[in-house]
Amino acid sequence: MDTFIQQLVNGVTLGSVYAIVALGYTMVYGIIQLINFAHGDVVMIGAMVAYSVIAVLVGAHVSLPPLAIVVIATLFAIPVCMAVGYALERVAYRPLRNAPRLAPLITAIGLSIVLENIALIIWGRAPLPYPQIIETVTYRLTSHPDGATITNVQVAIIGISIVMMAGLLVLIYRTKIGVAMRATAQNAQVAGLMGIDVNRVISITFIIGSGLAAVAGVMDGSYYGVAHYQMGFILGLKAFTAAVLGGIGNLGGAMLGGLLLGVIESLGAGYVGEFTNLCHLSGWSHALALRCVSDPHLALFGSNYQDVFAFVVLILVLVFRPSGLLGERVSDRA
Amino acid sequence: MSADEAPLLALERVAVSYGGIQAVKGIDVVVRKGELVCLIGANGAGKTTTLKGICGLLPLKSGHVRYDGRDVTGMRSFRLVRRGLVMVPEGRGMFGALTIEENLAMGAYIRDDRAAIRDDVERVFTLFPRLKERRRQTAGTLSGGEQQMLAMGRALMSRPRLLLLDEPSMGLAPLMVHKVFETIIAVSGEGVTILLIEQNAKLALEVSHRGYVMESGEITLDGEAAALLHNPKVRSAYLGEAL
Repeated sequence: MDTFIQQLVNGVTLGSVYAIVALGYTMVYGIIQLINFAHGDVVMIGAMVAYSVIAVLVGAHVSLPPLAIVVIATLFAIPVCMAVGYALERVAYRPLRNAPRLAPLITAIGLSIVLENIALIIWGRAPLPYPQIIETVTYRLTSHPDGATITNVQVAIIGISIVMMAGLLVLIYRTKIGVAMRATAQNAQVAGLMGIDVNRVISITFIIGSGLAAVAGVMDGSYYGVAHYQMGFILGLKAFTAAVLGGIGNLGGAMLGGLLLGVIESLGAGYVGEFTNLCHLSGWSHALALRCVSDPHLALFGSNYQDVFAFVVLILVLVFRPSGLLGERVSDRA
Repeated sequence: MSADEAPLLALERVAVSYGGIQAVKGIDVVVRKGELVCLIGANGAGKTTTLKGICGLLPLKSGHVRYDGRDVTGMRSFRLVRRGLVMVPEGRGMFGALTIEENLAMGAYIRDDRAAIRDDVERVFTLFPRLKERRRQTAGTLSGGEQQMLAMGRALMSRPRLLLLDEPSMGLAPLMVHKVFETIIAVSGEGVTILLIEQNAKLALEVSHRGYVMESGEITLDGEAAALLHNPKVRSAYLGEAL
């Protein structure tokens, strides 16, 4: 039971990050039907910029509380990522607005490579140890001494994600620009006939998604304690999976998909060793029985297969429910 | 409404291509302040293409669009809306997943005067009580006639000076067509200038001050609506009467 709770906590933490990144994918898709494959790299840029700011502040022995340093770093990363997101749309996607859909898709993959290489030039090839300046405090969730725990970082990630998601929903459903974004997503031409500057709305969509990505980057870096110029690739792919799982174009779907994916991954990683434990088969093979004496946890798959679960989910969704859990409108978009 | 008054809208030798075909071949159309002018013609005559050319939804091949004394040729539609030139597109252009209230709010997108916007929403609801009953429903759940009412109400929310209506009666039951035309007369009566595009030539000419007849991308006839209504050529071609 403790393993289950622990993996659930880890999964929800991870899933919160996926959800925030998935929102960026799904918002852009909703409004211009583009899978912005460079979005994961915007997350990476956010993590990297925050890393540099933290490193500079810590290196300069600024007498600020650690939390303030992280907040300052995030506040730096957000506008940088917003500018990157804006620039991607303005420079690369907008000229292709009326091109066949494959063209902007390939461009997105190209931009992903460009961003990774820019990061490679600036921050180098080696994984950067994310400064763990916030002292980790662990809270026990059960009475068992080795039982499930949750850390202050996990609490912060989950809490900040909830606040951001709620803020986004208020923005999209309660403000004029939010309604204009939904109107543009449904029919950009008619939105123009209402006096809505569609280009501006699209820019704002990229800017909001990139701002969320910046925070996700800092959360991911702080959680795993490492940042790397290619970290956005796998994270982006998983967030894309989350968006598809929830129903791409659907905000609630991205949130649900992100959380589910995080939980599935964590539970999968937590239990895969147990389920594929080969020692259950000791009666069948003498050689196996011998090995199990020294290694009772001998398993076919270990928790290093964590990433596989995301993509198994992606394949299953694409085969059995391509519109996603909350999606409805795939056929008319295909 | 004197004839020498500067027109609110003037098309000068406007030509528009659509899908590789020159659908509008250099037409002149004038709409003066306060007028209700209709542009009638058969399906495919180039009426909708003309409107799209005015609104910046299609580029002009040649010619000019003047609106309120300015050359607005090629100006993008959202800028035209801010100057009071508003189009209700063919097929009504609902935001189907938005509620009726949200649709109306989008109609008022260019305005910031909240209190006046609220008053205008109430006015639209007075004009179309059906919409008020369903204000929190999504527009996609409305019938065709209700959607047309919402489309017109939404256009009025921007307080337009010139309203372009593209086939407002299309696909509607006769009772709804009647209601829509009543609304057009009422809106015109409030001083909004209207350019109306219609296949239902008889109804259009009956409510309009003046009319233009379009055929294969060209204006073949124009004049006072009452005169066109009695013109034998119009009667045979568009009103279904034998000569």
